[in-house]
Amino acid sequence: MSCEDIIIDAQGVRFSYRAGEDEAPAPEILHGINIKIKRGEFMAVLGHNGSGKSTLAKHFNSILLPSEGKVTVDGMDSADEDAIYDIRQKVGMVFQNPDNQIVATIVEEDVAFAPENLGVEPEEIRRRVDDALKAVRMYDAREKAPHQLSGGQKQRVAIAGIIAMQPDCIVLDEPTAMLDPRGRKEVMKTIRRLNRENGITVVLITHYMDEAAMCDRVAVVDGGKLIMDGTPKEVFSRVEELKSVGLDVPQVTELVFGLRKEGYDLPCDIISVEECVDALRELLEEGKK
Amino acid sequence: MIKDITLGQFFPGKSILHKMDPRIKIIITILFIVEIFIAKTLWALLAISVFTFLLIIIGRIPLRTIVNAIKPLWMIILFTSVLNVFFNTEGKLLVEWYFIKIYSGGLLMALFISVRILLLILATSVLLSFTTSPIALTDGLETLLMPLSHIGVPVHDFAMMLTIALRFIPILIEETDKIISAQKARGADFETGSLINKAKALIPIFIPLFVSSIRHADDLATAMECRCYTGGKGRTRMNKLKTKYYDFLMLALIAAFGAAVIFINIYGGGFSI
Repeated sequence: MSCEDIIIDAQGVRFSYRAGEDEAPAPEILHGINIKIKRGEFMAVLGHNGSGKSTLAKHFNSILLPSEGKVTVDGMDSADEDAIYDIRQKVGMVFQNPDNQIVATIVEEDVAFAPENLGVEPEEIRRRVDDALKAVRMYDAREKAPHQLSGGQKQRVAIAGIIAMQPDCIVLDEPTAMLDPRGRKEVMKTIRRLNRENGITVVLITHYMDEAAMCDRVAVVDGGKLIMDGTPKEVFSRVEELKSVGLDVPQVTELVFGLRKEGYDLPCDIISVEECVDALRELLEEGKK
Repeated sequence: MIKDITLGQFFPGKSILHKMDPRIKIIITILFIVEIFIAKTLWALLAISVFTFLLIIIGRIPLRTIVNAIKPLWMIILFTSVLNVFFNTEGKLLVEWYFIKIYSGGLLMALFISVRILLLILATSVLLSFTTSPIALTDGLETLLMPLSHIGVPVHDFAMMLTIALRFIPILIEETDKIISAQKARGADFETGSLINKAKALIPIFIPLFVSSIRHADDLATAMECRCYTGGKGRTRMNKLKTKYYDFLMLALIAAFGAAVIFINIYGGGFSI
């Protein structure tokens, strides 16, 4: 793999919030994390609350800078003051609460916010805004006020606001945590489409196992350390390890895990309902013979 | 409950008043206010009233909205009228009854001031708040005040604050609703007791609201940083404000009308003050 294929490269990242002069030193949140994210990848970062996964995500576009170690985004050092806006334009970030990310009182004005900040020409902004709104299927709502939209729609507008910067990578920090199941589905569908059709690298921070199971790659963060990194199948087959750090596995994996414990012969890397149904059918048919 | 209030009373529409450049609208509103105050005779004031009425028709503002806009004014009008009628001692003495003395000047002044207050509110509502979206208004204000940034006034920052405030009003209203319900569910009483007790009962609403506003602000600031916000410098706009022929037409009309008002003041006769 050549280094051009790596968009985000974190090497030995340690982080603690700076303490005031008279205060005790703040506890370290990240204890030396190494992670490389490939261009075009759809990656999930799993971890329970307080594991440091959001803190890690904020290192990917220079919102936080490592206390030790180094983060490189597309060859630029995230600590380089001159590169900070190039980095933020390359790696967009979407947060949990859509209301706290929408700045303007009209949808299209909000999507235009980032390109306006970047000093893009008005006609070009218009084109980017229309494209971004079409990409998240919110073009028809372009003249609405944000408070007239549902949670899922607002989150899609927030994503459009990032896409309008034409980033190479989007980092989403629990984008579905505040949404109802329908909104969650809408947002996940949008993210997947952006990854496949537009080739945007996606880093999805989440604690939903089902969302992680849809990704190409899953990294698990616990206590400020990267403890697992691999395909969903590789990661979720380590059921006991995941449980020991307070995480669950997808429901079907849990079922298969229980059945295996009882002595049934099933593969240990099942993560989707279809796979599980097939495996169980095979097992039952064998039983009949 | 309080979620349905309209922001700044803006009514979307397609009239000329809606389409006008907000900058020009702010200028003609100021001009018109000046005209209302330089009108010194009854005829001049009548002319302005007719003109205001025409603006309402051009803007296609529903009558009910107009009535709602001027309804809260009756207290102010009554108060200033009473003061003028009883304490103004100009003109002829009309009524004398024990200590009450009413002069013609007082009556005339009361009428003038009442009409002026009414026209003031109607004109600003029709020209600005009813027909201009909040975002257009802040845009217009920002570009008009831009020259002040050369002497160090942070015009862009104020405009951005205003936009964000407008954006967060519905969110904070919704949140207030939730907090009120949550406190009621825990047995908070907002209705009974003395005024002081009622005021005290508001504390458990304001504190959570304040805390959550700070949280909103913190998140929003991070999100704005992620979208490369660096203040007004080097910023472009998607929708540039454009001044069309009807903007200048309207400006000319209001200016000409101002000249007419001065003319009527001098030669028109009628009661004057």
